Amino acid sequence: MNKSRAPLIHITKRKTMPWYCAWGVRGAAIVAALIACAVVTMFMTGENPIAIYAAMLKGAFGTTRKLWILGQNIAILLCIALALVPAFKMRFWNLGGEGQVLIGGLAAAACMICLGNRLPSGLLIAVMTLASIAAGAVWALIPAVFKAKWGTNETLFTLMMNYVATQLVAYFVIIWESPKGSGKIGIINQTTGIGWLPQIGGQKYLLNILVVAMITVIMYFYMNYSKHGYEISVVGESERTARYVGIKVERVILRTLLLSGAICGVAGLLLVGGTDHTITTTVAGGRGFTAVMVAWLAKFNPVGMVFTSFLIVFLGRGASEITTIFGLNHSYGDILTGIILFFIIGCEFFINYRLNFRKSAGKEAANV
Amino acid sequence: MDNKVAAVKMRDITKTFGATVANDKVWLDIYRGEILALLGENGSGKTTLMNMLSGIYFPDKGQIFVDGREVSIRSPKEAFDLGIGMIHQHFKLVDVFSAAENIVLGLKGSGRLDIDEVAKNVKAICEEYGFEVDPYQKIYDMSVSQKQQVEIVKVLYRGADILILDEPTAVLTPQETDKLFAVLRNMRDLGKAIVIITHKMHEVEELSDRVAILRHGSFVGDMLTKTTNAQEMTNMMVGHAVVLDIDRPEPKDPKPRIRVEGLTVRDIEGVVKLDNVSFTANSGEILGVAGISGCGQKELLEAIAGLQPIESGSIKYICDDGREDELIGKDPLSIQSLGVSLSFVPEDRLGMGLVGSMDLTDNMMLRSFRRGRSLIADRKTPKKLAEKVVEELEVNTPGVSTPVRRLSGGNVQKVLVGREISSAPTVLLTAYAVRGLDINSSYMIYDLINKQKEKGVAVVYVGEDLDVLLELCDRILVLCGGKVSGIVDGRGASKRDVGMMMTRLGGAANE
Repeated sequence: MNKSRAPLIHITKRKTMPWYCAWGVRGAAIVAALIACAVVTMFMTGENPIAIYAAMLKGAFGTTRKLWILGQNIAILLCIALALVPAFKMRFWNLGGEGQVLIGGLAAAACMICLGNRLPSGLLIAVMTLASIAAGAVWALIPAVFKAKWGTNETLFTLMMNYVATQLVAYFVIIWESPKGSGKIGIINQTTGIGWLPQIGGQKYLLNILVVAMITVIMYFYMNYSKHGYEISVVGESERTARYVGIKVERVILRTLLLSGAICGVAGLLLVGGTDHTITTTVAGGRGFTAVMVAWLAKFNPVGMVFTSFLIVFLGRGASEITTIFGLNHSYGDILTGIILFFIIGCEFFINYRLNFRKSAGKEAANV
Repeated sequence: MDNKVAAVKMRDITKTFGATVANDKVWLDIYRGEILALLGENGSGKTTLMNMLSGIYFPDKGQIFVDGREVSIRSPKEAFDLGIGMIHQHFKLVDVFSAAENIVLGLKGSGRLDIDEVAKNVKAICEEYGFEVDPYQKIYDMSVSQKQQVEIVKVLYRGADILILDEPTAVLTPQETDKLFAVLRNMRDLGKAIVIITHKMHEVEELSDRVAILRHGSFVGDMLTKTTNAQEMTNMMVGHAVVLDIDRPEPKDPKPRIRVEGLTVRDIEGVVKLDNVSFTANSGEILGVAGISGCGQKELLEAIAGLQPIESGSIKYICDDGREDELIGKDPLSIQSLGVSLSFVPEDRLGMGLVGSMDLTDNMMLRSFRRGRSLIADRKTPKKLAEKVVEELEVNTPGVSTPVRRLSGGNVQKVLVGREISSAPTVLLTAYAVRGLDINSSYMIYDLINKQKEKGVAVVYVGEDLDVLLELCDRILVLCGGKVSGIVDGRGASKRDVGMMMTRLGGAANE
């Protein structure tokens, strides 16, 4: 080699980008994602991509009912994601959201079934609330105790707790099945409505949305302005530093996971007591895991998570609409969601790094 | 000198990281048969420049010539192919492998590895240059200096004849340093080109043939070592005249403050780290702690700060009124709340003591955030403190909301020390307070420590540079393998004696 050549591409770290540029890049990524989806759609199905996008929008926003369902789904997903935030900020990878929601829901259902005829509805709802929160909190506390005392791997532990919760729910579904032999519980207290969370303004989903909105605001302040929030960040960033300044790391882990589990318990309560009025093993519907993505996409910022949970729910609802309208396989919706998420996550690279291409030989010579 | 062909010529080398210009149009010549000392303050771009030569970074602009031919070095492998090898500050060795295994690691060869053949070649290299490396010894059995020799042999084994050493003496005792210098001189006489990056002036004067000086990423100049002196080099590095003496005011009214008796500490594996250590630290006095790295200095400070489980012994804090408090068994928080203020500047600044991703304000809060009963953390007072520290200690930062990870080593240290002394401690424990700091920042830290001493604080200063320990400290506690080898008076002790005590209990007295 007689001529020196720079590498074709070399990657350098950017200085911090102003926020409007960063959001510009993210916006461009979404546009690019939509174009990529359109190309893929035309190529694979021959449908008009514009019509497909229109159907997605209609699926999500088309009717008042659809809007309410969108809101409800965002609320529950956001609620679970908010629950994960304090744990994740502490670098405690709580993948047990699914199980914590299930067990919270199971506690609420148990109260409705066993205490339905003995307590007035108002008191029952109070008991349900406490029971759900306690159940979710305990479910998160068990792995936290093991992590704090013996340093076990929380990722595997919380994951396994999900299966335990699912099996427990399956067991109780058989015990409480109604009608007998149906293999499911059916609507609990269908005639009396005892233990059903109250409807605000006649809207079935409004209460859930308001509760989650409240949790969002509280979580934002808890994480950013409270002493607890500060302790959580210190423990997450450097356990050694935390010990050195006298933070009791074990206590912070237990306290934070109690909170994380408790909020998952609330999500379970809202699902069982507020909307479904029954319980199945799929009541959480994988949202314990989707919530992980919601939290990461927004970099654990509760306000940002409102947008990311909206995005994910919107994509999901839109995708299921196009599968029905165009008679496409349900996987097709997943493909589109995957493409869009790929672009959104990938664009973070361009926000943090710059690509330098090798200058052409002529230009190089001119520079010398 | 003029008729020599430069082994390496760097021309107009520029490298930027984001907004920071690490190197700005640097020119540097490296010759065979010569030891070049590369001098500069922290963040002046010495390591960056050498990393570009060894293929870790790629320059944004500029040209590199090796033996007169323009080259581009895109990876450490390409650097090796050109005969350029770098010995980094942090060793890159596999602990459970032997020296020979580490040396051939990553090299291409025929299908079968003949480790005896490798060992023979390693032995030959050792004999040629005067290394003392046993090819079959495992890395975990080696001292720091032996590991460093393995690193150097590794580079030579790959055929390097241009060697770059990044602060090689930072971890060595004076005796080990002498040995290293002898080897380096040998290598020079055999025609190798050697570059050493260092902060220590007396080493530059002792070892190098030529010095090149960088300041704020730019090349200031180079000259023959014998035509210059420490004062001139320092002034060039800093850009203005600097006084090179460390003050040592007489201690005022020293009274016992911390009394350690029979302290024994084991680490998690049950290895004895401190063995029956006893000493007293007085107020208004700087007690230096000398020792080869890993001789229990860290454990000693952590034990006093309440971070280290203790096997036996006692640590008493003596109040002004003569009351004594036992510190053992208390956690760091209760040691603080007793009114006993220990300010501990840990060895590993970013791993412990500061949170890298947090900004200056949040790092100031680490000590104080619990104050008050409110659930909300107070950020106004820490912000004021951060601004005060930035102003008083001349911390170079874009603002108080910059994550400390983005600051250079010297500035990080200033932030940490600034916070620790802001709580008006009565005992200040410091470990390697100037590790990796340039002359200017180091002197500022010595100054800060002296001010604390004058205020009546009992300072425990764990250091690695014996010259500094001997100039700064009133008394020096020498540790050797976790035992107290002796306590000497800082005034009048000789470097040689202390060096002997570091390697052998009791030092020369036992000979």
